[in-house]
Amino acid sequence: MTQYLIKGVRVLGGEPADLLLRDGVIAEVGTGLDARGAQLVDADGLVALPGLVDLHTHLREPGREDAETVETGSRAAALGGYTAVCAMANTDPVADTAGVVEQVYRLGREAGLVDVQPVGAVTVGLRGERLAELGAMASSAAAVRIFSDDGHCVADPRLMRRALEYVKAFDGVIAQHAEEPRLTEGAQMHEGEVATRLGLAGWPAVAEEAIIARDVLLAEHVDSRLHVCHVSSAGSVEILRWAKARGIRVTAEVCPHHLLLTDERATGYDPVFKVNPPLRTAADTAALRAALAEGVIDAVATDHAPHAVEDKECEWAYARPGMLGLETALSIVVEVLGPRWDLIAERMSRTPARIAGLSGHGQDLVAGAPANLTLVDPAARWTVDPAELASRSRNTPYAGMTLPARVVATFLRGAPTVLDGKALR
Amino acid sequence: MTRHLLSAADLDAATATMILDTAQEMANLAGHQVKKLPTLRGRTVVNLFYEDSTRTRISFEAAAKRLSADVINFSAKGSSVSKGESLKDTALTLQAMGADAVVVRHPAAGAPHRLAGWVDGSVLNAGDGTHEHPTQALLDAYTMRARLGRVAGLHVVIVGDVLHSRVARSNVLLLSTLGAKVTLVGPPTLLPVDIATALVPGISVSYDLDAVLPDADVVMMLRVQRERMTDSFFPSAREYARRYGLDGPRMRRLPEHALVMHPGPMNRGMEIAPEVADSARSTIVEQVANGVSVRMAVLYLLLGGKPS
Repeated sequence: MTQYLIKGVRVLGGEPADLLLRDGVIAEVGTGLDARGAQLVDADGLVALPGLVDLHTHLREPGREDAETVETGSRAAALGGYTAVCAMANTDPVADTAGVVEQVYRLGREAGLVDVQPVGAVTVGLRGERLAELGAMASSAAAVRIFSDDGHCVADPRLMRRALEYVKAFDGVIAQHAEEPRLTEGAQMHEGEVATRLGLAGWPAVAEEAIIARDVLLAEHVDSRLHVCHVSSAGSVEILRWAKARGIRVTAEVCPHHLLLTDERATGYDPVFKVNPPLRTAADTAALRAALAEGVIDAVATDHAPHAVEDKECEWAYARPGMLGLETALSIVVEVLGPRWDLIAERMSRTPARIAGLSGHGQDLVAGAPANLTLVDPAARWTVDPAELASRSRNTPYAGMTLPARVVATFLRGAPTVLDGKALR
Repeated sequence: MTRHLLSAADLDAATATMILDTAQEMANLAGHQVKKLPTLRGRTVVNLFYEDSTRTRISFEAAAKRLSADVINFSAKGSSVSKGESLKDTALTLQAMGADAVVVRHPAAGAPHRLAGWVDGSVLNAGDGTHEHPTQALLDAYTMRARLGRVAGLHVVIVGDVLHSRVARSNVLLLSTLGAKVTLVGPPTLLPVDIATALVPGISVSYDLDAVLPDADVVMMLRVQRERMTDSFFPSAREYARRYGLDGPRMRRLPEHALVMHPGPMNRGMEIAPEVADSARSTIVEQVANGVSVRMAVLYLLLGGKPS
C-alpha cells in the first residue's frame, strides 16, 4: 500500500508538522520526516482535521437514484472533508430491515470514498405504528447503532418510550426528528412575520420544542440515550440546556443552514430554501451558534437532502423540503464559528463519531491513530456553483455565495479519496 | 408601472392612484354605446386559472376584451395540467404562444412569483393561495373612493378569517399605502401570527367587533368557510355569526356614512346578514362592476399604455 508523507501541515491549526501515513494508520508525526518511497503531499499552509463525520445524510439509494446514489453522495462527502456518513433510513424501500441496511452498507463499501454507516428506521415503513426489527439491524453486517424515522417524528409517546428502552440492549440510540405532527399539518415555513406576509402556513417552533421536552423526560424516565436531529430554535436550546444540567443523556445536532440562513430567504418563493425543520429567525441562528460553541449542541450534521430538479422547480407548497450540505458544511461552520479548529474538530468529527459509535473515526491525529483525516486550506475563498458540485442534485441554498475554507485532501484509512480538491474516483 | 403585479406591495401611492384614476376613465367608457377601446388590439392575454373562480375570471376576461385584446382561457381542469404538467412547463407553453400577459389564479402562495421568473410577458396575480389578491384590493379602494371621495384618512375595519384571506393581505398593504387606517378584527385563531407588524406598521388588531364599529368608515366582511369550524378555529357557525357576523343591530352602530363591503361570494347568515348585504350601505354589487374597470386599468398600464 502506498505511503503518504504530508509535509508541513498544521494539525488543528498548530505548529507545522509532518504526518506519515502507512498501513491505514498515522505511522509517525514529527518534523523533518523522510520516508523513502512515500508519496509527498505538500501541505504548507494547510490545516489537518480528523476526518469529518456526518450524523445525518440522505443518500437516496435505494429508490431515488435520480437524486443521489450512495456513490455520488459518498463523493460529495469526501470532497466536503468527510470520512464517515450516517445514511438516513427514509429510502424506498425504507431501511427498516437487516436486508436494506446491509445493502446500503455494501454499496458504501463498494464506492469506497467514505464509511457509509446506515441508520435504521425506528418503526416499520416510518409509519410510527410498531417497532421495526431493531435488533436484527443491530446484529447485521451493517451493525446499526442509530435508529431514526427522520422525515417523520416518532410522535406516539408510548412507542417512543419503548424504542428508547429497547435499544439499550445493544447500545443503540434513537435520533428523533422532533416535530409534533398535529401542529405542523400543511406547514410550509417558520411560523412568524415572514410566513404571515407570504401567506404560507406556519411551522411553529413549539412543534419542535414540545417533542424535545417530552423526549428528554422520557429518556430520563427510562434512563436511555436520546439524540435530537436538526435542532432549529432558540427554545429547543433552552430545553436541551435544562436537560443536560439535569444529567439526562441527550445529545443534539444542528445543521449548517440553521446556523447561517433565516426565514427571510423564503421571500421570492424559491423552494431551494424550503427545508424541514424550516429556516427560522436571526434570534434563532444566534442562539444556535452560541449553543454550538458552548456545547449545549454537540455536533454539526448536514441533513444533506438531494432532490431532483422537478421537485424544486415548482410552487413552494409542492416542493420537497431539504437542501444539499455535504460539500459546503465545513465552510459554513468556519464562517459562523471562525477558524477555531479544535472546536470544529470536536463538533464535526470527535463528538459525532462518539454518538454514532464509529470508533475508527474522530480520533486525534497522533501516531497510531487511524489515518482518517482531511486537509483544509484556511485562506481559500470559493464561490458555490451548483453545477460544480459532485452531488447528483443541485439544490444548494448557497449558490453564488463566497465562503471561507476549502477541503484540499481527504484520507480514508491512509488512502486519499480527495487530492488537490478533486475526488480520486 | 412595474412589469408584473404580484403583490399590492409592488404599488407605491403614486402608481396606485394612477391606476384608480385610469380605472375612472375606463368606467366612464362603460356609459358609451360602444364599450370597446382598441388599445390592446393584437395583444394576447391568457387567463390561467388553477382554481374555480367564475367571477374573477369573467371580470378579467371582460376587461381584456373591452381593450380589444385576444383572450385565451386556460383552465387547469380539462387541460394538460390535470395530467400532471408542471407550472414551469405550462409557463413555457404560454411563452411559446406569445402571451403578452398571464393572469394567474393558483391555490399555492407564490405561484405567480415563480411564473414571473419563467415568462417574458407580464404576470398578474389574480389570487394566490392565502397570500394576495391585489386587483381585489384595487377595486375595493376604487369603490371607497367612489362612494366616500377619498381613501386617505379613512378607518377601514376588516373582519373575519384574516389568516386564510388573500383579500385581507392585499387590502392591508394597499390601504396603508393610500393613507387609510386599518383595523383587523376576528377571533384570535383566525388572525395570523405577528399580523400587527408583518405587513406594514401601524395596523390595529381587535377581537371585539362591537368596540370598533362606531369609529369605522368602512367595514369589510371576509368570507368565512364553514369548514374552518371542523378544524376548531371556532366552535360553530352560530357562535361565529353571533360574535363576528355583521347583522342589523351591529350595522346600526356604524356611523351614518359608513360602507359595508364584501369581496364575495357571501355566506349570508354567517359573516353577513341578508338585511345588511342588501342595505343601501352595501357596495357588494358595485364592487363587481368596479372590478372590470380596475382590471382594464391594470392591463392597460402593465401592457405599456400611458395614462391619458
